[in-house]
Amino acid sequence: MKTLQDIADALKLAVSTGGDLLSCLTITGGYAGDMLSDVLAHARKGQVWVTLQTHTNIVAVASSKELCGIIVVNGRTPEAATLQKAEQEHIPILVSPLSSYDVVARLCELGVTNREGV
Amino acid sequence: MVRHLEMDFRQLEVRRYRPCDWFEVLVSDRTTLTMHYCIKGGNFDHAGEASSQLKRNLHALGISPDFARRICIASYEAEMNLVVFTEGGELVACVEPRKVTINAVDIGPGIPDIELAMQPGYSTAPDWVRELGFGAGMGLPNIKKCSDEMKLESKVGVGTNLQFTVHT
Repeated sequence: MKTLQDIADALKLAVSTGGDLLSCLTITGGYAGDMLSDVLAHARKGQVWVTLQTHTNIVAVASSKELCGIIVVNGRTPEAATLQKAEQEHIPILVSPLSSYDVVARLCELGVTNREGV
Repeated sequence: MVRHLEMDFRQLEVRRYRPCDWFEVLVSDRTTLTMHYCIKGGNFDHAGEASSQLKRNLHALGISPDFARRICIASYEAEMNLVVFTEGGELVACVEPRKVTINAVDIGPGIPDIELAMQPGYSTAPDWVRELGFGAGMGLPNIKKCSDEMKLESKVGVGTNLQFTVHT
């Protein structure tokens, strides 16, 4: 099982918040999406979420679904309020300069997929 | 680590209060515990906070995490509908021994065609709202999926009352 720290290292992700949690969070899989309702409907507990959204509601979505963390793509900067909320809710936010497509491709290479039980 | 500590704290909290036991102690024909949350329309910065708080409260009440999560997801969708589409409204959670019922009530604008609104993918959200990731047209179907019963009543110009229940 990979931790969020393994993923952050492998993908050279910038840690925006929650750095101290990364090594204790085991990833159960991944989900990518920019429509919040889609993520609410289909992401599963413990998955890492890949998105280009940066506003505060991504934390509420991740927290509701008990996702293990958020990877913001295209080098976007999460809003200050988002980071504050993420700290409160203990949701790590990581940033990649890559696109969603490339981040997901790299995650799949590392064995992080959206298949049941993976 | 933090999560473990939080979990311990939560369990302690539940042990100390054991609020679900009140339902057995307080004898009546029907005992309910009601929580009201006022939701402001258009306030995206605080959107979702009521549902997060509700989830924490349900944990504190000793409701199992899986049920609390389902209730939280459905109430988050209902809360976002109030924020995106209405001037504001109220989210009312009513906890009973074996079920939790949520009412999301607003005073307009109302839904002209409920059947259409229930169709996955149908949304009247403006483009700027969609760019924020809302308005996928999946909110109401998600609520239906997460709940055991759902009732949607609406009158244009009067308001909407969405009620859903999760059996715990």
